[in-house]
Amino acid sequence: MKVEVRVYPKEGVLDPQGRAIASALVRLGHKGVQDVRAGKVFFVEVAGDDRSRAESDARKMAEELLANTVIEGFDVRVVS
Amino acid sequence: MKFAIVVFPGSNCDQDCYHIARDLLGCEAEYVWHHDTDLKGADAVVLPGGFAYGDYLRAGALARFSPVMESVAQFAAKGGPVLGICNGFQVLLEAGLLPGAVRVNRGLRYVCRDVYLKVENADTPFTRLYERGQVLRMPIGHMEGNYTAPPDVLDRLEREGLVAFRYCDAEGRIVDSANPNGADRAIAGIANREGNVVGLMPHPDRCAEAVLGNDAGIKMFESVVNALVPP
Repeated sequence: MKVEVRVYPKEGVLDPQGRAIASALVRLGHKGVQDVRAGKVFFVEVAGDDRSRAESDARKMAEELLANTVIEGFDVRVVS
Repeated sequence: MKFAIVVFPGSNCDQDCYHIARDLLGCEAEYVWHHDTDLKGADAVVLPGGFAYGDYLRAGALARFSPVMESVAQFAAKGGPVLGICNGFQVLLEAGLLPGAVRVNRGLRYVCRDVYLKVENADTPFTRLYERGQVLRMPIGHMEGNYTAPPDVLDRLEREGLVAFRYCDAEGRIVDSANPNGADRAIAGIANREGNVVGLMPHPDRCAEAVLGNDAGIKMFESVVNALVPP
């Protein structure tokens, strides 16, 4: 089973990378861009077919390692 | 007096710290490989700078799970002095031995130059030979040094005097233009509540003898010797 874990800067935490990407997009002509928040996505393959188990395991993985919960939020979903 | 210098795959300031302990201070020093759990009877532990585990995922994130970190945590819990320099500081943050986190520098660049620091807490085992308010020139070299913590944690650090160093200008003024990475409240280094765990982004190990043109950092190592082996 494949679980997707998205990790992104928490609301209110300065994201210098996202800000730089936003200004690059504006320079490229995408004048409507107001803000970008840049994060990471992990595709985690796990054994078994218990979706809710896979999801709660992935949530634990995010809390323990994939996200630094001081500055990052995350969400988890089973994709296949 | 014996120093343990922890070596992760990717540490690159371990030999500097070893040299300082052995050759400059005349202490014993042992390297401790990240897979080991024996701190070899050390009296103080240094987590050196570098790029532990290639800084994969986040700086310090994977190093935190090294077997040696369990021993370092136990050593710290018993009051043993632990110093984290640059990447070593990032490891201490990820391991939860110090509060907060670092973000990418606000300028999005790796910054490698001298900065000025103000000593805010001269009561820790690593700062006791400095004076409170003293201004030090020290090199930095990092991409992720932009310290942050939730506002209530920052307030607590201030209230309890746990900010060890702040970025300042040559005259000791805390001004935004002297902050090389955007760190909240210009924080360059902090201590834990007990004061025995100290971490900072600047490199005292790179300015510890006159031949390097600057020996402002040697007192950080001398301080812990002074704390453990009163003259």
